[in-house]
Amino acid sequence: MLGLWNKLLNKYGYPKVSISLMLVVMLSLAVWLGLDPVELVRSSLVRSAMNSVLVLAMVPAVACGVGLNFALSIGIVGGLMAGLISMELGLRGVLGFAFSVVLSVPISSLLGYLYGLLLNRVKGDEMTVGTYMGFSFVSLMCIGWLLLPFRRPEMIWAIGGKGLRTTITLSGYYDKVLDRLIPLGGLPVGTILFFGLLALLLKLFMESKWGMALKIAGLSPSFAAASGVDVDRQRILGTMISMVLGGIGILVYAQSYGFFQLYVAPLMMPFAAASAILIGGASARHASISHVISGVLLFQSLLTVSLPVINKMMPEGNLSEVIRIIVSNGVILYALSRSSGGDVR
Amino acid sequence: MRGHRVDLSKLIGSNLVPAFFLVLCLLGGWASRLQVSFILNEVVERLARNALLVLSLIFPALAGMGMNFAIVVGAMAGQIGLITVKILDLGGLAGIGLASLISTPFAVLFGYLTGRVLNITKGREMITSLILGFFAMGLYQLVFLLFAGTVIPIPDKSILLPGGIGLKNAIDLKLIQYALDDLLMVRLGPMRAPVATLLLVAFFCLSMRSFMRTKWGQDFRAVGQDMHVASVAGIDVDRTRLVAMVMSTVLAAWGQIVFLQNIGTLQTYSSHEQVGMFAVASLLVGGATVAKASIANAVVGTLLFHALFVVSPNAGKNLFGDPQIGEFFRSFVAYGVIALSLAMHAMQKQMESSRGMRER
Repeated sequence: MLGLWNKLLNKYGYPKVSISLMLVVMLSLAVWLGLDPVELVRSSLVRSAMNSVLVLAMVPAVACGVGLNFALSIGIVGGLMAGLISMELGLRGVLGFAFSVVLSVPISSLLGYLYGLLLNRVKGDEMTVGTYMGFSFVSLMCIGWLLLPFRRPEMIWAIGGKGLRTTITLSGYYDKVLDRLIPLGGLPVGTILFFGLLALLLKLFMESKWGMALKIAGLSPSFAAASGVDVDRQRILGTMISMVLGGIGILVYAQSYGFFQLYVAPLMMPFAAASAILIGGASARHASISHVISGVLLFQSLLTVSLPVINKMMPEGNLSEVIRIIVSNGVILYALSRSSGGDVR
Repeated sequence: MRGHRVDLSKLIGSNLVPAFFLVLCLLGGWASRLQVSFILNEVVERLARNALLVLSLIFPALAGMGMNFAIVVGAMAGQIGLITVKILDLGGLAGIGLASLISTPFAVLFGYLTGRVLNITKGREMITSLILGFFAMGLYQLVFLLFAGTVIPIPDKSILLPGGIGLKNAIDLKLIQYALDDLLMVRLGPMRAPVATLLLVAFFCLSMRSFMRTKWGQDFRAVGQDMHVASVAGIDVDRTRLVAMVMSTVLAAWGQIVFLQNIGTLQTYSSHEQVGMFAVASLLVGGATVAKASIANAVVGTLLFHALFVVSPNAGKNLFGDPQIGEFFRSFVAYGVIALSLAMHAMQKQMESSRGMRER
């Protein structure tokens, strides 16, 4: 029995095994409390699909050697900006969503490029510096959201007539446009397919000549430099792809959630994405698309299932939020204690 | 003559950050159109209530562990002490004394555990202490939401949520409010100063200064400069770092008690949330770097950072017609100053290491 336990731990790592166990406990409690298991599985899938692209954004950052992208909020803000512009132009439905995604790419790329330049000068401290760069960019943009000249009445405060609202509803624009693209028993087939497409593109890129250079730069900078790879350029490229995926990720998230959340909402989102991929078995030095899929499924299912279970057992207080904080940060803390030397080296 | 000029540029260089913030505060103060006496009163009060928390960051910085974002665990220990005296219904100075006494063993334990974690994660202490702080906030919420009233018996039902499980979001601390501040409140025209609290701060400044001259203080610095050299010189590096962390956490616990005796209400689940960020930003505004922090940095930084805090909502309202802009601006300043000095420190480290490589 103990042998099997150790074997599981060695193969899947502590976070994955313990989160799976927690999920099993929560699911059994849910069934015991008389909650509908089919509905729980369905909403777990919706939540996982909603977050999937944000988690995918961690892969290129880890691969190029800058570690977990705790400044993903910068890319998220880029995506929000594109979404808001498309809304201001009055674009709706699939067209509005597609336009937002296309527009977000140059915005997030530019932000990612500038941020990548900075990261090349702080090698070894990318995660520490990145965390606070993300925080300061989000708080700078709080001022931006108040001052930018958006005019559409659904977007700005009714009183005063200026400044974007904290949450902007997407109903009438592209609320659930991907989730409901292919109707099949309330499952978010469109979103899952869209994630699959992005994951496939990322996989093809990673296995191409350019992707190889990026991975070598991440695995062994000195070896990469010796074989003629421009390490700094690869790191910038990886950061840019991560930010672009972050921007697209928040648009996918928003269409499923039905709202854009501005101001401080993006502040902690990078941490949730990072812990999801860590739960999937990734580390600050190694991450793959399979880590993304298993991680986001486990983490989001745990959160989705534990919410009604805990609310039924303990109606007072906000205990499910507490579970999220403990699991999310506990997993990141565990990953930090495993890698050695510097942030990522 | 040449030497003189170098000194001057060095002097300005090392005080560039505080000088910049002084200018920012003066401009903000002018734009806020607030009364000078009001600003001064506010700043002095905020200095008294925040100084200990900022001072608590100095020892870990000296010991090479960077900015200790995990002082939030110290603040939690302080709040545990305050919740206990609230239950015992012990007010005034005695209440504050007992709260400090009760919080100390908790702070020692929390600081020890934090130090242990940071000893495993050498080289990335700051991101670890930040995440550890978030993690600890989760555990704290778990304890006071789920265990209070169930596992931990709370005889005083008035501080529990209606269901009898979990502490209320806000706990009134009127029984100890201003116990320290009003002990010796000096008034001079429109000005007033909580002299007793300021004396307490001064006492800690002086004791820290003399501590730094002892063998322990020198060990901190030796470990901070180079762990390898220090360990060759016979210093127990891990133990020294643990001591620095425990002292920091205990001081933060007492600092939070002083802070809350001024505020008068404990926001059970959020009073401690931003303790680390504000303290770190204050210290850095005072001209400290991640690797070098002094008592003067702490005091000057607290004054400047909080002066900016006082004036920015009104300045924002007068300049942009929206007080929210001022509020967002000050949180941008807090995060921005931390980001900038972390980045500058990392750049310096990278330049030094690449120089070292070339020499080799």
